[in-house]
This record gives sequence, structure tokens and C-alpha cells, in this order.
Amino acid sequence: MNILVCIKRVPAPGRSIILSEDKQEIITRNLGFTISPHEECAIEEALRIKEKNGGSVTVLTLGPDTAVEQLRQAMAQGVDEAILLQTDGKEWDPMATSKAIADAIADKDFDLLLFGNESADSGGYQVGSRVAFAKDFPFLSGVKSLHVAEGKAIASREALHAREIYEIDLPAAISVKEGINLPRYPSLPGRMRARRKEITILKPAPISGGPEKLQLRVPQGEENQVEVLGYGVEAVPRVMEVLQELNFC
Amino acid sequence: MILGFIEHDRGTLNKASLEMLTLARRLGSVEAVVIGRKGATITHELKQYGISKVHLVVHDQLDDYAPTAWAKSLTQLATSLQVEAILASGSERGNEVMAQAAAIMNLPLATNCVDVVLRESDYIVTRLRWGGSLVEEARLSGKPKLLSVAQHVFAAEETLSEDLVIVEQEVDLNDKDFRVRVTERVENESEGVSLTTARVIVSGGRGVGSSEGFDKLEELAQLIDGAVGCSRVVTNKGWRPHSDQVGQTGTRVAPDLYIACGISGAIQHWVGCKAAKKILVINTDAEAPIVQKADYVVIADLHEIVPAIIAAIRAL
Ligand SMILES: Cc1cc2nc3c(=O)[nH]c(=O)nc-3n(C[C@H](O)[C@H](O)[C@H](O)COP(=O)(O)OP(=O)(O)OC[C@H]3O[C@@H](n4cnc5c(N)ncnc54)[C@H](O)[C@@H]3O)c2cc1C
Ligand SMILES: Nc1ncnc2c1ncn2[C@@H]1O[C@H](COP(=O)(O)O)[C@@H](O)[C@H]1O
Repeated sequence: MNILVCIKRVPAPGRSIILSEDKQEIITRNLGFTISPHEECAIEEALRIKEKNGGSVTVLTLGPDTAVEQLRQAMAQGVDEAILLQTDGKEWDPMATSKAIADAIADKDFDLLLFGNESADSGGYQVGSRVAFAKDFPFLSGVKSLHVAEGKAIASREALHAREIYEIDLPAAISVKEGINLPRYPSLPGRMRARRKEITILKPAPISGGPEKLQLRVPQGEENQVEVLGYGVEAVPRVMEVLQELNFC
Repeated sequence: MILGFIEHDRGTLNKASLEMLTLARRLGSVEAVVIGRKGATITHELKQYGISKVHLVVHDQLDDYAPTAWAKSLTQLATSLQVEAILASGSERGNEVMAQAAAIMNLPLATNCVDVVLRESDYIVTRLRWGGSLVEEARLSGKPKLLSVAQHVFAAEETLSEDLVIVEQEVDLNDKDFRVRVTERVENESEGVSLTTARVIVSGGRGVGSSEGFDKLEELAQLIDGAVGCSRVVTNKGWRPHSDQVGQTGTRVAPDLYIACGISGAIQHWVGCKAAKKILVINTDAEAPIVQKADYVVIADLHEIVPAIIAAIRAL
């Protein structure tokens, strides 16, 4: 079982988002970086499948040179190999991203490609599907449980009032959602090993695709009035009044 | 002509598609497409939403949902009808089918749009990023233009159309298009109060401290007929199941009251609970980001105040 997991480095904003003057980027000076929780789960799922079935796990990202941080993190968790598709730091649109990923793995033999359901920042919901199409692999998104055995993937996901189950022949591409598993923390020896591992670096050229990002905007929040009901248990009578006003008791 | 993809699950309409029609009608005349014979049951409902023509895609194997087959049906119809754009809801299936259609047609796709303006032969779309805490203006070109409409942004506006024609459309699909299809369904057992339907949610974050700490939140929730929610820190620590998580990668909730206990209010949590009518925050830190955004604030240790509120309710 050879598995590829695609991840995307994104800033980790906490309290609010501040944009650059040209409105193209989030200002990241005081921010850390991370990947989408869905992608963290994709890595974990790949490792579990490998532990059961043998094989190897490769992690791939398209992004700036600093994205090796996210690749090393994945290797510390147990991923065997890493590929960086290095860009000049600007965000690529989903068509350019998918084309570069598909080209990079064109002659590689993966049984399973795993993606996050959507990237944390762009939320395009499409890179997985486009890469799958280029590889002529079947593709399913939104997966919340996955079982791989005997050349098949049994995947399930949530519909409105039911769980849908899909049986898909491998090789296949699947995007997963947070909740499918609880990702492990990297071990100390894992971290040490990850530091020494090779990373394959390729420098693809972007195709013109789209949609073309013009600018970002922080949506206006609604004005609200904050009422402090009190400090400590002395607030209880006022809390009760509010609960009663709103008809909860 | 704009083609509106109307979603159904074995003959049950997904109402999010009606929200999509509200935006679609602003862009031009709209015809609807429904995939599979089982969808025939929903076609009449569309008359109330300004639809006078429904293309019903029929094929022997189009029985239950199959994303590639649905996407391929859309692309074939779009080509034969020479449509200007295809719009879908930004639902799980909507985005999935559109992403596959976009891959098949090798065209750009803009997901989760909240606004569209025509500029020459392009659309300038405004779309949600970061789960809605940021928006992006983008240029969408190609023919047809492919976009999905963010859920819960537009109302499903009614406008009665004079008549309704249903045109059966045959499509050319092969076994490969059915490599992914629903093979089995397990109906959910009817649960109690759920996050999406509860009038009130008692939600806990890191400040709750442990899975046992949630006992008191459970108790409060039960007393006021609510559901329990949580932040991602809580699910990551294994204190609660992921199905309780509110936020960008959890559930979006919109109760009458959201009680946030020991939650700081990171932007990824906030996008999941901001649709609540009222927000009551219990936090020891008066500077926590969620404090400024709340309606009511109690500066207190949740381990003291939650039991005190429970006692006061019991004493009523
Ligand atoms: C792409 C992405 C997606 C994400 N998706 C989600 C998501 O869906 N949902 C989500 O919740 N998060 C999500 N996160 C994580 C998010 O950024 C925050 O890390 C998380 O919401 C913080 O959880 P918290 O508020 O419980 O913890 P903290 O930020 O640590 O806050 C704890 C709060 O508890 C208060 N407190 C401590 N002790 C007490 C006490 N005894 N009584 C009262 N108050 C107390 C503190 O003052 C503090 O305000 C996501 C992050 C990323 C990058
Ligand atoms: N720059 C990237 N590098 C590697 N994988 C990516 C990149 N962008 C998106 N992906 C993968 O595609 C998934 C869906 O992304 P998106 O289409 O942007 O929502 C993500 O969760 C990742 O698994």
C-alpha cells in the first residue's frame, strides 16, 4: 500500500485576521503556521492504513520553501517520504495547484491519494477531485470513516439522516474530514529522525487556470452591545433573569 | 441561460438548492436540472421558485447518488444546452459534483459564493474563505461558468412561475462513471436534542479542564433542554466526540442562545457559533476575544458558576 497525502501550509490566525496593504495576503508576521485539521486527519489515517497493510506514506505540499516545516512535522509523526513543490510564496489557484500535483505524481504508483475535504484558507473543495481526474482514479469526498483491505476502500460519510457507505476499488483518491480519527502527537525520536530525512524538491511552473484572486476582504461583523452580567457567583441572579427572559427556565 | 443544479436525496429535495436559485435568478433566466428518475417527485415544487423548465436526467443506472455520474450528466447537459453558467448549492454534494464537473470540463470553479457581478464576459464573484471569516473577490471566466452558492446566506425566495415543463434528458454514461456510488445506507437512530436543532447550546472549551468537567455542562444543558457543544481543543484532547465540535471544521450552529464556557473565541470557533441569536460567555479572562463579541458576559470560573446556575434553576 503506497499512500500519498496532500497538505497545505496556512497561517494560524487566532483572534482576528489582518490583511496586507495590497489585500492579497494575511499578515503573518506574528502568526504560526499549520495545516487544516482535515489534513492532519488524512496523515493519521494514512499512517494507520500503513500500520495495518504495510507499504509507505508520502506527504506532498505545494508552497513556499518554508513549507518544509509542515512536511517535517508529518515525518515526525511517521510519514516516510516528503515532496515539496516549491513556489515563490504566492498562493496558486486550484487549477494550477492540481496540475502541478498531478504532474509530480504522474509516473508514481500510489494505491491511495488522501486529501483534506477542503483547505483551511481557500476552501476551494476541488484540488482532490482534479488530481483524481488527472490520474483517472475514482474520487470521494467528505469521508468520516475508512477501511482499506483486499484492494478495496470501504468509506462512509454523513448524509442528512443517514450514513452513506461506499465501496471503491483501489487505486482511488479520497478526501477526509476531521473526526475520522484522533491524530497522534509526534514522538521525540520521531522528531529527531524527521530532521535528518531527505525532502524531494521540485519547482513546477504555474499554468493559468483560475479562479483568479483579485483581493481579500474581512467581512464586517455586526455591531453588538456587550452586557457584563457580573463577576463570580454574584452574577447568578442576573444570569437567571436572562435565562428567564429568553424563556429557558 | 443559467442551469441550476437541484439536489435531492432519493427524491427528497435539499432546500439549500432553493437558496441557490435566489442568486441564480439575478444572473439571467434559470432552468433547473434534476438527476435521476427518483428526482421526479421534487420537480413540481420548483414552480414556486420561478422555474418554468426542469431537465430531468434519466439513465438506467442513475438510481442512488453517484458523484461522477451526476457530474458527467451536468456537463453533457450544459454542453448540449449551451448554458452560460451552472450553479449549485455549496453543500457537501453540491461542491462535490461541481468539483468533478470542473475537472471533467477543465474549467475554473468558484465555491461558496455570496455575490456575483457581471463584468464583460466574466463573473466577479465574492466567495467565502477560512470558513467565512474572510471573503475573496475573484474573477471567474470560462463557458460555462461554474460556481456554488454558500449555504444559509440567501433566503429561498418564492416567485411563482406560470407554467412548468419537464423535459427528460438522456445522457451517455458508462460503468466507469459509477465507480463511486452509494452501496449502502444506515439510517441514523433518532437522537435527542442535536447541535443543529437545539434552541440552546452549552459549549465548553479548554477551560473545562477534563472530560469529567463536562458533567456539569451536561447537567445544565439537560435542565434547559439544550445540547452540549465544544471547541476543537476539547475534541483533540479526547474529552468529547468530534460530533460535538462547533466551528470551521466542526458544526455550524444557530441556536437562540449559545453559552460559551471556557472558550477563548478563536476565529475558527467563532465562525461556527456567530449565527446564534444571543451569546453568553463565561470566562475568567475579561480580555478573551469572545468577550468583546458576546451579548452577555460573566467573568467567573466556570467550575464555580455553572454549579451555582444549576442550583438556582433547581431551586425555582
Ligand atoms: C484551520 C483551522 C480550523 C479550526 N477549526 C476549529 C473548529 O472547528 N472549532 C474550534 O473550536 N476550533 C477550531 N480551530 C482551533 C482554534 O484556532 C482554537 O485553537 C480553539 O478554538 C481554541 O479552543 P479553546 O477556546 O477551548 O481554547 P483556548 O483558546 O485555550 O481558550 C481557553 C479559554 O478558557 C478560559 N478559561 C480557562 N479556565 C477557565 C475557567 N476555569 N473558567 C472559565 N474560563 C476559563 C481562558 O481564559 C480562555 O479564554 C481551528 C484551527 C484551525 C487552524
Ligand atoms: N498547495 C497545496 N499543496 C498540497 N495539497 C493541497 C494544496 N492545496 C490544496 N491541497 C489539497 O487539496 C485539498 C482541498 O483543497 P481545496 O481545493 O483548496 O479546498 C486540501 O485539503 C489538500 O489536501
